[in-house]
This record gives sequence, structure tokens and C-alpha cells, in this order.
Amino acid sequence: MTASAGPGEGSARLRRVAVLAPPFLWLVFFFGLPILVVFGISLADPVTGIPPYMAIVDWTSGGLPRFIGDFEKYATLFTDPYYLDGLFGAVRIAATSTAICLAIGYPMAWAIARARPGVRLALLLLVMVPFWTSFLIRIYAWMTILNSNGLANQLLLASGLIDRPVVLLYTDFAVYVGIVYAYLPFMVLPVYAVLDRIDRSLLEAAADLGARPARAFVSITLPLSLSGVVAGCLLVFVPALGEYVVPELLGGSDFLMIGRLLWTESFQNRDWPMAAAIAIALLLVVVVPVMLIQRLVEPKGEGA
Amino acid sequence: MNAGRPGMLALGALIFGYAFLYGPIAVLIAYSFNDSRLVTVWGGLSLRWYGELFGNERMIDAAWLSLRIAAASATVAVALGTAAAFALVRFGRFRGRSLFSAMLLAPLVIPEVITGLSLLLLFVWLESLIGWPPGRGATTIAIAHITIGVSYAAVVVRARLLRLDPDLDAAAADLGARPFAAFRQVTLPLLAPALAAGWLLAFTLSLDDLVVASFVTGPGASTLPIVVFSSVRLGVTPEVNALATLLVAFVAVAVGSSAWMMHRRERRRLRD
Repeated sequence: MTASAGPGEGSARLRRVAVLAPPFLWLVFFFGLPILVVFGISLADPVTGIPPYMAIVDWTSGGLPRFIGDFEKYATLFTDPYYLDGLFGAVRIAATSTAICLAIGYPMAWAIARARPGVRLALLLLVMVPFWTSFLIRIYAWMTILNSNGLANQLLLASGLIDRPVVLLYTDFAVYVGIVYAYLPFMVLPVYAVLDRIDRSLLEAAADLGARPARAFVSITLPLSLSGVVAGCLLVFVPALGEYVVPELLGGSDFLMIGRLLWTESFQNRDWPMAAAIAIALLLVVVVPVMLIQRLVEPKGEGA
Repeated sequence: MNAGRPGMLALGALIFGYAFLYGPIAVLIAYSFNDSRLVTVWGGLSLRWYGELFGNERMIDAAWLSLRIAAASATVAVALGTAAAFALVRFGRFRGRSLFSAMLLAPLVIPEVITGLSLLLLFVWLESLIGWPPGRGATTIAIAHITIGVSYAAVVVRARLLRLDPDLDAAAADLGARPFAAFRQVTLPLLAPALAAGWLLAFTLSLDDLVVASFVTGPGASTLPIVVFSSVRLGVTPEVNALATLLVAFVAVAVGSSAWMMHRRERRRLRD
């Protein structure tokens, strides 16, 4: 890539540009630029019209363009309890759901890794099949089950645990069930991947030295599987944080999660600057932990 | 391995986990054959809801639109994602590499509502600025789905490229193959399984996407998830049970047969 490249290297360079340019430009145009536009609009004031926001730069005053945007939306976002509850509520629900996913998913992954090879493949495929079917329909299934006359209530009534249908749908409980159900495969697969790579002879050595299975698990299996646990937790926590469909279909109408607030601001209130400010805040909440954790677990390599 | 307590624990975890994963799906499948509209009453076996599903023109039209958008966007996403994976794996260091890899991987961890809103605002801003895109609809949905699909396709192809031997390309060059011929005759066939996997992933994500499509769609372009969402939001709709059953059957057959093929190829490879 020096200036004194021969003719052969010149065409090699051209080829590299031809390969790199299409994805690079696509991402700049449809991923990088939109984020900048969101930030710009978050500084604007909403108006009724098309588009429903004011310009943030005044070109009409003559001479230099004047910046007329403000950070008012961010001030509202971080002082109004309505938005703060939405943000902290989402963090709480996403964190709790991640913990529940781990509690269910880790033993599953561990059990799959212990199975015979043929059985193991079948078990893995069975974890993946729900992921390939529609997310929306899997959440809808819980609407049917948790309904006041749905299967859950019928079973509870028949077992004599309750004598009147209980409200399950449109509660926090339903939201937890929905999120854990939807994202469980994202926990099982990365944890399985690391458990599968653990050298069996380590466990045999521990057993030879007299360690009970529980002891061997705590001092060998658990520490060696931490990177998979971190990956699984991120894969569950991040999408759960911005979740819109689950709280909308399973949560109560006053159930606030930040993703749902963003949706309401853009569709019902048509306050795009507010929606944009929420998006930027959510982006910061997501990106900072992801970058920190990636730096911690990502092995060095591949040039950059 | 020894049975005993760990064995019992493993069995318990599996039974609980799979019952949780498949219970709700089994319930939907059972109800799809229930003649009664009410979920409390078993009205006898019937295919009534399948008839109503195929008679529901709004849903059929939406399904076609979704399939077209998914096929088109998965194809473009795999082409762009393969180029991106190549640049990351084979080009070494270049200026803007870390920006490029950050932009490529970020869509994987950014909540859908942000992707949707940012593209909506981009399209509206561009339209007021340069008059393109002229309104929103199938095209803007496809652009959004390509943007998401590129990242997934790039991750899948990159994983495969990292395991390929770069010496193969060098050998092809030594034998006189021009770079494009070497790519077409050596690298591409070896990449084929990853390209297929990336395409399927991008296709499924597009077909399943409700949130991003809702943001960037316009009048007249309702994809299948948008139609399903607007009907289930109002309550229980038995046609959706029939749709779910067809979808699960399709996925189970597709996943099962591809696994069987992989298994057979692996066995043949071991025998040779």
C-alpha cells in the first residue's frame, strides 16, 4: 500500500477498494448516518407538520448559520419520573430476566454437553427450532395460555390450588415469562459451546484426586465456562432492554419499559425529538456495558 | 459417564427446559385443530382455521410481501456481508478498519427500536432534503433488513473464512489463476455452506421482523408480522394458531432434513 506500488500492486489495491467500498458505504449511509440524524433531531423542537420537528440550524438569519437546537429533551428525560421509571424499569426487568435465563439455561447446557454425541445433536437442534420460528407467535402462545380462561388458569383450577381464575396476563409476571421464554436459546447455545470445549481429562483428574462431582464442578467447570456465561448474558440482556413486543402484548397498559416509551413517543405522540433523545440514552446504556465486556473477554488477534 | 445424582440432575434440567420450550408451541398446535373459537371449549377436531387462514386475503398478501422482501434483502445482505468478511479477514490492517468492524458488529447488539427509529428519521430527513426515498414502503423495509442482515451474514462468513487456509488462494495464484478465478474456483465452493447459512439467517430475521418494519413501512406495505401483530393485539385469533402450526412444521422439516444431510456427509467423510 505504498505510493511506489508497481502496476500489479496498483490493481491489487483497486480490487481491495472494490471489495471494501460497497459494504463500507452501505454501513456509513444506513447505519452511521442515521445515528447522527437521530442525535441531530433529538436537539430539535417538535412541531405539528411534515416532518414533525424544527430545524436545528437557522440558515435564514443572513451570514453564518446559527445553531438553534437545545438539550431540553435530555433534561426532561433525566428529570421526569415517567421516563426515568421506564429506563430503570427496563434495566431491572432485563437484568432479572437474564438471571432467570441463566438459572434455567446453564443446567440445560450442562446436561446437553453430558449427553451422548448423537443425542447431543438432537438436543441442540431442539433448542434452535423455536429460535427459527416466529418470535411474535411464541409470545402470542403465552397470551393464549395466560388468559383468564386459558390453559394455566384451567390447570390451576383443576388442581384445586385456586377456586377463582387469577389474573396472569397483563402483569409483570407475564412479561418475565415472555422474555425468559423468548431469549432462553440465546443463553443455552453460548454456554453449551464453552462447556463442550472443556477437556474431560481435567474432570477425570479431579475425580482421581478424590474430588466429589460438586467440588469438581465448582473448581473446574464453572470457572472455565465463564466466557460463555458472559456472552449468553449479553445476548439476553441487550435485546431484553429495548424490548417492545413482550411488554406490549403481555404487560399491563401502564407497564413502562423504555422501548415501549420510545414507540409511544414516535407513533402515538409523534414527538420525534423526544423519541430520538430516548434512543440516544438507550444507546449509551447498551453500548457502554457491551464495549467494556467485549474488551474484557475478547481475545487479541486478527490484526486490530 | 456415571449415572447417579449428576445424571438425575441433568435429566431433570432437560425435562424441565424442553417442556418449557415446547409446551406453549404444543398448545398452539392443539388449538389450531379445535373447532371452537374459545380456548376453554374443545369443539372437536377440525381444519376450519386452516381454511379461514387461506381465505384471509390480507394475511396471504402480507405473507407474499414478506417472502419477497426477505428473499431480496437476504441476497443483497449475503453479498455485502461476504465482501465485508473478506475485508476483515484477508486485508490485514487498513485505515478505518476499527470503524468498519464497529459499524459491522454494532447492529447485532443495538435494540431493534433504535435501528427502526434511526432509519425512519433518516428516510424522512433524506426525503425532505433530496426527495429520495419517495415515501416509505417495501423498498425502505428491504433497505432496513439488508442493513441488519449484513452484520449477521458477515459474522457467519467470517467464522468460516478464518478456518480456511489462505495458502489455498496462494497456491491457485502460483498455478496462474487470476484473483477472481481463484476466488470463484477455490474460495467460493469452500464458503458455500457459510453463504447458505448466512442467507437463511438473514432471510429468517427479515421474515420475523416486526419492530423495524413497523417503523420504516408506509401505507400499503404490511408485512406478515405487522398483520399478525395487529390481529393478536386485539385478542385471541384462531387463524394465527393455524399459521403457527404451519410455520413450526416447516421449520422442523427444514432443520431436521439439513441436520440429517450434515450427519450423512460427516459419516461418509469419516468412512472415506
